[in-house]
Amino acid sequence: MQIPFTVEARPDTGLNNAKLGIWLFLASEVMLFGALFSSYILLRVNADVWPKGHEILSVPVAAFNTVVLISSSVTVIMAWASLKMGSLSKGRMYLLLTFVLGLVFMCVKAYEYNHKFHTGLFPSESTFLAIYFTLTGLHGLHVLGGMIVFAYFWGPGSKMWHSEPEHFTNRIEVAGVYWHFVDLVWIFLFPVLYLL
Amino acid sequence: MGESVEDIKKHVRVYIGVFVALLVLTGVTIGVSYIDMGHGVNIAVAIVIAAIKASLVAAYFMHLISEKKLIYYTLILAAIFFVGLMFLPVGHSLDEIRI
Amino acid sequence: MSAADHHEAHHQQGFWRTYIFSTDHKTIGIQYGLTALVFLFFGFCLMLLMRWQLAYPGQPIPVIGGLFSDATMPGGVMLPEFYNSLGAMHGTIMVFLGVVPLAVGAFGNFVVPLQIGAPDMAFPKLNMASYWCFFAGGVVMLYSFTAPGGAANSGWTSYPPLSDIATTGQTFWLIGMVFLITSSLLGSVNFIVTIIQLRAEGLSYMRLPFFVWAQLVTAFLLLLAFPPLEAAGVLQLMDRLAGTSFFLPSGLVVTGDVLQVSGGGSPLLWQHLFWFLAHPEVYVLILPAMGIVGEIIANNTRKPLFGYKSLVYAVIFLGFMSFIVWAHHMFLTGMGTTISAFFQTTTMIISIPSVIILTVFFISLWGGRIRFNTSMLFALGFLPMFGIGGLTGLPLGLSASDIPLHDTYYVIGHFHYVVAPGTILALFAGIYYWFPKVTGRVMSELWGKVHFWGSIVCMNFIFFPMLIQGLMGVSRRLYDGGASYDFAEPVIHYNTMMSHAAFALAVFQLPFIINFFVSIKKGKKVDDNPWHATTLEWAAPSPPPHGNFDAIPKVYRGPYEYSVPGAEKDYSPQFEAEA
Repeated sequence: MQIPFTVEARPDTGLNNAKLGIWLFLASEVMLFGALFSSYILLRVNADVWPKGHEILSVPVAAFNTVVLISSSVTVIMAWASLKMGSLSKGRMYLLLTFVLGLVFMCVKAYEYNHKFHTGLFPSESTFLAIYFTLTGLHGLHVLGGMIVFAYFWGPGSKMWHSEPEHFTNRIEVAGVYWHFVDLVWIFLFPVLYLL
Repeated sequence: MGESVEDIKKHVRVYIGVFVALLVLTGVTIGVSYIDMGHGVNIAVAIVIAAIKASLVAAYFMHLISEKKLIYYTLILAAIFFVGLMFLPVGHSLDEIRI
Repeated sequence: MSAADHHEAHHQQGFWRTYIFSTDHKTIGIQYGLTALVFLFFGFCLMLLMRWQLAYPGQPIPVIGGLFSDATMPGGVMLPEFYNSLGAMHGTIMVFLGVVPLAVGAFGNFVVPLQIGAPDMAFPKLNMASYWCFFAGGVVMLYSFTAPGGAANSGWTSYPPLSDIATTGQTFWLIGMVFLITSSLLGSVNFIVTIIQLRAEGLSYMRLPFFVWAQLVTAFLLLLAFPPLEAAGVLQLMDRLAGTSFFLPSGLVVTGDVLQVSGGGSPLLWQHLFWFLAHPEVYVLILPAMGIVGEIIANNTRKPLFGYKSLVYAVIFLGFMSFIVWAHHMFLTGMGTTISAFFQTTTMIISIPSVIILTVFFISLWGGRIRFNTSMLFALGFLPMFGIGGLTGLPLGLSASDIPLHDTYYVIGHFHYVVAPGTILALFAGIYYWFPKVTGRVMSELWGKVHFWGSIVCMNFIFFPMLIQGLMGVSRRLYDGGASYDFAEPVIHYNTMMSHAAFALAVFQLPFIINFFVSIKKGKKVDDNPWHATTLEWAAPSPPPHGNFDAIPKVYRGPYEYSVPGAEKDYSPQFEAEA
């Protein structure tokens, strides 16, 4: 017996399983990052001194990364739109582009981390650096997870297009929703860590 | 979702618009951070801009603007508990000043 | 692929895909169940070692004492450090590796898809991943016993700064917790989607069995309450591995020296984040148990549950409220009166839905023709035991009485009444009740009754004296059970009796273990619906095949239509059309 509503929507909820699943997952992610943000606020309010982000971190580098991540949000939604319009080749191209943008983001992040370590700025140095490394590190892991997903859908996962195109398109949409969330977290991390 | 190719093309134009808006707002938030308006105001402005950007991403990229009720309910639930979490540092600082 | 092909494909899968890396919710449920029972037994054994030390402080443990290394029990005498890690690991294993996986992983996985008429969970592969994450977490926790300095020894709550500077076992504990949190996250998403999306035709929300409601609310608690603990775990890992000071205040002195860290952290932050999870976690422990009890009471009183809707609303309200009571665990942290008043109020409010649920169960008994079979006895045992557990909690929810009672044996007595004679009795009830669905055979009634009476009597002899000791001020986590304090003098001798009761409790589990395994092979064969129950799982063959139902079931009525006036039999199953 097949599991119902993997592709088509259940009439009374109007949703397929994966769509509901990803939003529930994101609800839990909200609580994860929410807890870290609330820890950040608590620690900052209670700190005697708290540095301005741009005194320690490089705003231009992070601004560049913001643009990279926003662009990757656009490419992933273009991948979905291309598939919706029936073009696998364009869809795959956009998926690859998203993956590459994710990679660029991670490389820039690696450069930033490396630079900090070389100037002796380790997480153990101050609470600001501690929370900076924790938040961006956890966010980076989410980016990495998304990249793995896109690499899979660009490569072996795309075979599904030939047997179940609608199912494959849904998967890209769901992966995209996750990716936008990762982008969304960065939209908050950027001002909170670098600008304030 | 029975969207035609025309609909999708219309969507794509919206996505490009949102993309431009996000880039502009990123520029604005950086620019504003260098103007000293007092600590509290600076933080408020930065958070408001981030919230606008986040709403744009959620509404258009994540299709929340035309999503089903059940998703809204889930997110409202998460939002309520998120507020609960934010109560944590507030409660803690109230404690510090012994209210 | 047609249904028949799919069926065929399953049978062609080899041993590994059918029994070990299965994606079938029933196999995964059984895997969860067996693993969790093993962990429950293991956690119980840790407690038996502690009980020996409490009854006979400093005396070598006979026979098995010699099996331990010199780092833990030189000459069979327990070291205080080892006692500490036994305490921490008993709590962790019982809660995170025993009760929750059994209540949610095993019963939820096996029963929920059947009760809603679904062929499987919505995401079978995630379900498998969830089990193996849980398994990996369990292995990490067990392996931590071999770490230098032993397993985690900062209590199951792992309060910093102590846990930040504790031995390596604590790092294993944190890594294990990350696995367990991932597992329950995958599980909870799966449960919610399954319950919302895969309900059979005609099964509206108000026709769901109460057990499904309980699991739905539980899944939401797991989904939204666990991530803050994951965040806290990541922060503590950073503290331990990267040398940060999220939880270390400035100028902390350890063994006479100021700790060389950047400081500026807040130990209270951990407590907030931990209890933000751990209070909802209490309801994760109790709600599935209540669900099981509801099913069994309706079935064995042969009448509908009294006030089904009140039950449902109470359980939803309970779920909501459980998120805003967490700081009642922290009255001793020097909390201001406003905050304290807020949390005292919410704590008093949350007792209302619990009382509604218990009252509904009690009233449901009224006027029923009760069948006192083993599962019903366990379910009935749950009611007064949970009642004691709940009522002894009230003084702990008010800060004036909590301050003297905090961290005494009274607290231990209170939550053990909720979880041990409460939840665990309900879980046993569930095992006896659904065993025929899993195996097609019933367990022995006689040995089941021996198991029940032995367990409930022994449990009360263990936990009731704890309440008295606690009222006398005896602290928990004392290596000698309080022997070094004068005020403990009048109640210290209870320790021997309590330990003997614990050993007897172990003996009374033997009939269960033997009964369980013997009945799998030799139990009396029964038909698909041996209890004459009404819910959908009894429409499937026993054991249910891959895909569960021979034909997709349709639902015609509410979950508990027993003894309907005018009906020819005393139960009207949900899956039978009006005659």
